[in-house]
Amino acid sequence: MTDQTNNPTAADEFLKGIWQQNPVFVQALGMCPVLAVTNSAKGALGMGLATAFVLVMSNIAVSSLRRFIPRQARIVTFILIIATFVTVVDYLIQAISLELHRMLGAFISLIVVNCLILGRAEAFASKNGIVRSALDGLGMGLGFAMALLCLGVVRELIGAGSVFGVSLLGDRFQTWVVMGLPPGGFFALAGWLLFFNWRAEARARKAAEAEEATS
Amino acid sequence: MNHDSLTPIFLNACLVNNFVLAYFLGICPFLGVSGKIGSAVRMGGAVTFVMLVSATCACGIQAFLTWINAPFLKLISFIAVIAATVQVVEMFIRKVSPALFRTLGIFLPLITTNCAILGETLFQTNKGYGLVQSLVFALGAGAGFTLALTLMAGLREKLEILDTPKIVQGAAMTMILAGLLSICFMGFAGIGN
Repeated sequence: MTDQTNNPTAADEFLKGIWQQNPVFVQALGMCPVLAVTNSAKGALGMGLATAFVLVMSNIAVSSLRRFIPRQARIVTFILIIATFVTVVDYLIQAISLELHRMLGAFISLIVVNCLILGRAEAFASKNGIVRSALDGLGMGLGFAMALLCLGVVRELIGAGSVFGVSLLGDRFQTWVVMGLPPGGFFALAGWLLFFNWRAEARARKAAEAEEATS
Repeated sequence: MNHDSLTPIFLNACLVNNFVLAYFLGICPFLGVSGKIGSAVRMGGAVTFVMLVSATCACGIQAFLTWINAPFLKLISFIAVIAATVQVVEMFIRKVSPALFRTLGIFLPLITTNCAILGETLFQTNKGYGLVQSLVFALGAGAGFTLALTLMAGLREKLEILDTPKIVQGAAMTMILAGLLSICFMGFAGIGN
C-alpha cells in the first residue's frame, strides 16, 4: 500500500482522474461549463471532449517546457499556453460542426479560465515527465467529460424527455422545463452530489455495523 | 456597432442575465468566498474594478486587432491583459491596505481565472459595444456578481446555525440554494427589453 502511494504506476495516474479524484464530483473544479452547457447531452459531450483535448495538450506542453519556465512568470506562461490550444479547439469545432459551435458559444473560449486545466498544469505537469503528464491529463479530461455527460443526460432526459435528441419517454411525458433552464444545472448537480453522499454514508454505516458484529 | 441604450444594458447584465445565476460565470468564487457577507462584498468590489479596467482595455484591443486583421489573437491578448490588471490591483492593494490584502488572501490572484471577467470582455466584443456601453455593461456585470455573492453569503450565514441532515451538508446544500436563487432571478426576465 505504501509502495503504491509513494510511486504510483502509470495506470494509477490515468485512473485517479476518472474515479478517485474526479475533477467535478470530488474536487469541484471547473464548475462553470459543468453547469452552463449541460442542458443537452450533445453539448455536454462536445464540451467535455474539447476540455479533455486542451488538458492533454497543455499538460504535454507545460511538462516539456518545465525546465525553461521561470518560477515567477509560471502562471502567466501556463495561461498563454492554454489560451493557444483553446484558440485551436475553437477553430477546430467551428470546422467540424457549426451547430455545436453555436450551441457552446462563448463557453469554448472560456475553457481558458477553467481552473481544472490551470490546476493540473501547476500541480502535476510542472513537476512530472511528459508521459505521466499526458496520462494524467487524459484521465482528468475523461473524468471531466464523464461527469458532464452524467449531468447532460439527466437534464435532457427530464427537461426534454430525450437523450442525444432521441425521444425516450414518449409524448405523454410532462417535461420539467426548469431542468433545461439555468436553475436545473444547480439542481442536477445537487442531485448527483446527494446521491454520492448517500452512497458514502450507507457504506460507512455498513462498515460500522460489520465492525460491531465482529467485536 | 450596437446602439442599445445604457439603462437596459445595465439591468440586463445585473439582473435579467445575472452573470452568476444565469450564465454560470464566476462559480468558483461564488462557492468559495460566499461564507461571510463582509468578504463577499469586498471580493465583489475587487472583481468589479478588474472588470472595468479590462473592459476598457478590451475595447482598445478589439479595435486594434480588427485594424491589423488578426481576430485569432483576441483570446490570448484578453487573458494577458486580465492577468496584468490583476497583478497591478494586487500590488496596489498590498501597498495601500495590507489589512484588506490579508483578508482577500489567495482569492486575489485567483481573480485571473474568474470566468466572469473573461466572459464579460468576450460578450462585449461579440455584441459590438462601444467604450461607454462596455463600461456600463462591466459595471452591471460586477454589480450582479456582487449581489449574487452577498445574497448567497447571507443565506449561508443563516444556514450555519440550522440543524441540517448530514447528507445535504456541504456542496450539495449550496447547490440547492443557488438553484433556488437562480429561480428567483428568472422572475426579472423581461425587464429592460
